[in-house]
Amino acid sequence: MLRLEPRSAPSNLMVYLSPLLAMILMLVVGMIVFTILGQPPFKAFHAFFIEPINDWYGFGELLIKASPLALIALGLAVGFRANVWNIGAEGQLTMGAIAAGGVTLWLQDSTSAWILLPLMFIAGAIGGMLWASIPAFLRTRFNTSEILVSLMLVYVANLILSWLIHGPWRDPDGYGFPQSKMFEANALLPILIEGTRVHAGVLLTLVALVLAAVFFRWSLTAFQMRVAGLAPKAALYAGFKQRKTVWFGLLAGGAAAGLAGTAEIAGPIGQLLMPISPGYGFAAIIVAFVGRLHPVGIALASLLMALLYLGGESAQMQLGLPAAVSGVFQGMLLFFLLATDVLIQFRVRWISKTSTEAAS
Amino acid sequence: MKKTLFAQRFKTLASSLLLASTLGLAGTAAAEDPLKVGFIYVSPIGDAGWTYQHDLGRKAIEEKFGDKIQVKYVESVPEGAEAERVTREMASSGSKLIFGTSFGFMNPMLKVAKTFPDTHFEHATGYKTEANLGNYNARFYEGRYLSGIVAGSMTKTKTLGYVAAFPIPEVVMGINAFTRGAQSVNPDIKVKVIWVNSWFDPGREREAAVTLMDQDADVITHHTDSTAVVIAAEEKGKYAIAYHSDMSKYGPKAQLTAVTHHWEKFYIDQVQQALDKTWKPTSIWGGVKEGMIDIAPLNAVVPKEVAEKVEKAKAALADGSLHPFAGPVLDQDGKETVAAGSNMTDEVLLKMDYYVKGVDGKLPK
Repeated sequence: MLRLEPRSAPSNLMVYLSPLLAMILMLVVGMIVFTILGQPPFKAFHAFFIEPINDWYGFGELLIKASPLALIALGLAVGFRANVWNIGAEGQLTMGAIAAGGVTLWLQDSTSAWILLPLMFIAGAIGGMLWASIPAFLRTRFNTSEILVSLMLVYVANLILSWLIHGPWRDPDGYGFPQSKMFEANALLPILIEGTRVHAGVLLTLVALVLAAVFFRWSLTAFQMRVAGLAPKAALYAGFKQRKTVWFGLLAGGAAAGLAGTAEIAGPIGQLLMPISPGYGFAAIIVAFVGRLHPVGIALASLLMALLYLGGESAQMQLGLPAAVSGVFQGMLLFFLLATDVLIQFRVRWISKTSTEAAS
Repeated sequence: MKKTLFAQRFKTLASSLLLASTLGLAGTAAAEDPLKVGFIYVSPIGDAGWTYQHDLGRKAIEEKFGDKIQVKYVESVPEGAEAERVTREMASSGSKLIFGTSFGFMNPMLKVAKTFPDTHFEHATGYKTEANLGNYNARFYEGRYLSGIVAGSMTKTKTLGYVAAFPIPEVVMGINAFTRGAQSVNPDIKVKVIWVNSWFDPGREREAAVTLMDQDADVITHHTDSTAVVIAAEEKGKYAIAYHSDMSKYGPKAQLTAVTHHWEKFYIDQVQQALDKTWKPTSIWGGVKEGMIDIAPLNAVVPKEVAEKVEKAKAALADGSLHPFAGPVLDQDGKETVAAGSNMTDEVLLKMDYYVKGVDGKLPK
């Protein structure tokens, strides 16, 4: 029979190669799936992975989709490195967007873009952090699971948004439809590349990538949090504060998600409506892990993840494949990553029946 | 899955035959390029519901126009930022007539329409138009009125239940028309409403349906997208009136009738106009008269007199002699909102934000 045994020393090289391996496995199995669906695999591959980005507009779409994914994944990685599991970035994104949207609706008629946009982003970050502070408080005070609390708050955040756009913030000229007024030009992020939708929010993500890289590499806090994640007892012995780790981990995720939400409503959406995000907060969890919680990895993983979204649409249009194909690819990617990770930590050994019997 | 696979194979076969036949023709005359038509759906097609009914329209144009058109669709497109990209992709990959079937696609379609002046766009259930953007919608409330007559005739408890998604005019209009239809049979009938705040949430829809039945409602209906309400009624031995699609296979005993949407004719007309190069942006709000709204065949338990009454009302709706909101219309507090002798105007209808007399509870604002 097969048995998993822990390896004495996991290969360092394989830790970085496994995402690549997972990607290749995903592609191979994907080809098989295409074939079973009755599609010529290479044509399907082209429609899925090349077609969506073979012009500037498509490439721009890749960037604006990868941008919130990378930004949120960076924030989450801060916590994940310290074993702080914030699963509710989707809700923090929504609360950030609500805060920023509130500022916009309040001030857009009286304030110039130079003041309004920064205010929106500050409000967005605070909104996300406030929402993340609830699981942080409950975890540090009552030792509740931040996984459950943060996840459940996603639904609460959506209900708050729903109430606002059905009630007080509903566009008075919108025939009663549940959405806010369209934002004025001074509340919208400038477009970076003519003819695309690439907005200045992408720059924000680039800055965040650099800052995160510096933070992870050189900051003492990041080191303490890493130790807390890898060896909690050692961290305790060294006198690192666990509370601080939890708070910092959750607030970083909340702030990043809030900023991402703000960039969405000030970028491609341009108003408050339901839903603000097509699941960025959840997909970013996959991005963080595929990216090995490292800024460079996260940047690459976010591009891949964005391509999977775009490819799903393209495959529907070009080949008439069902929308679920995108989900299948995302699922396979995570599945193969987890599988290869198991093999980094463990090795498979074939143990003959007689020896197991002898052992028992 | 099987169906899709088969359809896929069939399509491959069909397109290769098509290719073979065009190759044969290529020498003689340059065949005209097919008109590319695109559909953007907000939810999966599934086998009943809002998107399913639109997809029947897509199949109808494919059947009718054959190789004169080439049809693509994308399902499960979220409202908001995604919709703009999908619409744009459709337009830039050569689609000349694009249908978007969800309210939230309005602003994204408007943006894309401005950058593709030669492409025609049609948006369902919105209110904005542009030189190349029209909109279309159905008078769902007319079907609601008819189904209200059926429900009002079949209830023993004089209590009807309504599972509703969001308190927007389209939904409120339906509740009110249903109530007025039921009250045309018996003015004592009450309608109870539960809001589930979602277009598609089978779990909550079911829970709401069960609650309504526990509160004495013996005929329930829904303005949500799943089959959960009909199934719940079937299990509890109560009656239901389905919405969007005929759901009799989910509740053969329970479903009295269904308010059904029929987009086939509209889509065929639009494609025909685009092929004839006579397409113009219009705002179409079609009802029973235009065949956009109908009700499914009545269940065998519905007595003949009721069926006749419904048939008569349907004919009257079609010829305009009956309006579901003909005055006097009273709101919940008994205040008159439309005077006797006149009908509620379309403009007022589209902004409806109150319950009529007979609806229980308070409308969330």
